[in-house]
Amino acid sequence: MYHKEKSIQVKNSASALYNNLGVLRIAPRHLTYFTVVHANVVNMVSASWDGLNYSHRQLQSKEPNVATSTSLIMQAAFCPLPSRDLLVVTSQKGIQMYESDGSIMVYWHALDTPETPTAQAVFARGISAVRESYICVGVSSGAILVFDVPIKGSNITLSEVLKEHKESITDIAPECSGQPGMECIADLVSADDGGNLYVDCIILWKGTVVAGYGTGQIHLYEAVTGILHAEINAHARWIYSLDIAPFSGLLLSAAEDSLVRVWHLTMTPETNSVEVAHLHNECVTDTQICGAKFCDGDGYAFAVTGYDLSEIIRYTQS
Amino acid sequence: MSERTLPLVFINLGGEMLYILDQRLHALNTSDDNSEKGVWSENDRKKVMNDIVGTMFGKDFMDELLKPQQLYSHRTMKTVLTRLAHASIMRLNPASMDRLYELMVMAFKYQVLLCPRPKDLLLITYNHIDTIREFVKDTPVVGNKVDETHRKIIEIYSSLPEGEFQLLRQTLLIFFQDMHIRVSLFLKNQLQNPNGRFALSTSGPVPYGMDVPGLIRTFDRKGREVRRSEFPTGGSYTSPIRKGCFELHGDRVIRLGMNMYTVNHPEETHTSKTDDTPNLLAKEELNLLARLMGSMKADDMPKTETGFQINLFTTDQEEEEEAEASSGAEEPLFGVINIQAMQDEQAATQLAQIAGQFAEGEEQPENLSSSKGDDLLAMMDDL
Repeated sequence: MYHKEKSIQVKNSASALYNNLGVLRIAPRHLTYFTVVHANVVNMVSASWDGLNYSHRQLQSKEPNVATSTSLIMQAAFCPLPSRDLLVVTSQKGIQMYESDGSIMVYWHALDTPETPTAQAVFARGISAVRESYICVGVSSGAILVFDVPIKGSNITLSEVLKEHKESITDIAPECSGQPGMECIADLVSADDGGNLYVDCIILWKGTVVAGYGTGQIHLYEAVTGILHAEINAHARWIYSLDIAPFSGLLLSAAEDSLVRVWHLTMTPETNSVEVAHLHNECVTDTQICGAKFCDGDGYAFAVTGYDLSEIIRYTQS
Repeated sequence: MSERTLPLVFINLGGEMLYILDQRLHALNTSDDNSEKGVWSENDRKKVMNDIVGTMFGKDFMDELLKPQQLYSHRTMKTVLTRLAHASIMRLNPASMDRLYELMVMAFKYQVLLCPRPKDLLLITYNHIDTIREFVKDTPVVGNKVDETHRKIIEIYSSLPEGEFQLLRQTLLIFFQDMHIRVSLFLKNQLQNPNGRFALSTSGPVPYGMDVPGLIRTFDRKGREVRRSEFPTGGSYTSPIRKGCFELHGDRVIRLGMNMYTVNHPEETHTSKTDDTPNLLAKEELNLLARLMGSMKADDMPKTETGFQINLFTTDQEEEEEAEASSGAEEPLFGVINIQAMQDEQAATQLAQIAGQFAEGEEQPENLSSSKGDDLLAMMDDL
């Protein structure tokens, strides 16, 4: 179903962090941007669709005007909004937002870090663009920060703090049915650290929540009611990444067990049911996968990163 | 990231260090080279182990480690572990310490990477503690320190949620990132590939608490299962391993963290680099360290040595010579090990002086690491 393409070389290896691959497709310029986090650095690669041009850039997580202090990055993700695309980078110190090519930092939000270290680690993790103009970022305290993003410029403001969760946020996802103007009942789903079943990856698609667990299971729930549609014993180790191709309903899951799996979700609105079928496996030998994303909305191609690997592996449908 | 990594790192790295030292010290008596002036007796070995374990599990040292804090840099870690080793009458030269550190780190990296569930990091730690307890079983004073520390670890870590352990593990994996030093024991047992990367299996038992992959279950709105289907997993997994014991004593089930070095095969503790390009900055740091240690010895040691200097592994120069001899073969280099151990009672009293030299002379480009390690180093001076 898929075959391997030429990998993209990255300047550093990928760190073992959830969702450690960002992908942004710039159709008008026939380019795709990729981001991979290595400790305190974000490696950005801009790849032309004809496979001939690659340009690299590195971003560090540091407070503006402070030369020395850098901190470990938890996540880097693209937030596509109708008016503009931003790259959001979260770390132990705070949240940075850049123009999507990484050229300019447009906003910095510092997290409250205590003077002396406490047992509870402080960091931000879980990034999502919501509706037309918001970006939501989760924090280790369990809060979700909601930022209001103007059409252009750097006048981004923190507009709200949601405090539903008591544990560290692991992942946030927007409703991504890919159909503009569709009536959304739920805008956002968020997952946290607590409880016996540890959710680290989450997706919201057409009113269905897809959750990836530390037990290697994937659960599908009806978003509004919480009813369990399906339960998959998907992986033999911790799941690190989930992604959905919104136009086709293809689901991608990747775990520490070296496997990437492609599934197909079908909704039957009449019966309010969801079916899931397994389509394909790819094994990245001797690698604990930490990021896997579709490169387009149909799921025609996907890319994978792994701990200690300095390349982005790509697969395309045959 | 996680502020709770340090105690686990020290116990596990320290444990690996003790495994290797134990094997090396046993190997001394079987050495063919009879030019050594002294012999390491069983009592000498026990004393070394007791001294190091006693320092490592000392109350003040452990209390300092148990405070929430960021992980040290490799350089600081190596310095503190060197001081730990030198809490005994043994002396390691810088090249030996480098190799020792590489072995320790690669072993722990392997254990963390293959750890079935994040919480099993504790079982790996307890495996190390169990074996350390064995090393010092004839000395109840030291054994009690080990038990006391074990209790503290159980108290602090047992209640952490799984997500905290995964964060801890991810922090450790960043610490180990990009290290691919080949270890002969791993290569021999095919745990590591020739390119230095560890082998990850897609078969075998799944971790405790997980289900074997391959099943999709669909439910109706009332929660009743309406369909089951299977899918090919691309691996061959079997039912979960048993739960290990997280108490002071018990069957840990997991074997990661147990002593894999046997007394009879000294070549097991060999490393070789896959990357030949020297890190010039590291060389400069090592030269400085060697000068600091060497200058102390040159000034104060008598010229006719009554003891032995530990040279556990072949030096870089010897490796280069062997590389030429074996015409650049890809395999790791197994040289003859010159085990020369230094028994020097005087050195113990000079430790404080050397420590003072370290604090002044060591370059500290990273402000963070110097402040983090300083408290610990200062405390060791009082020991």
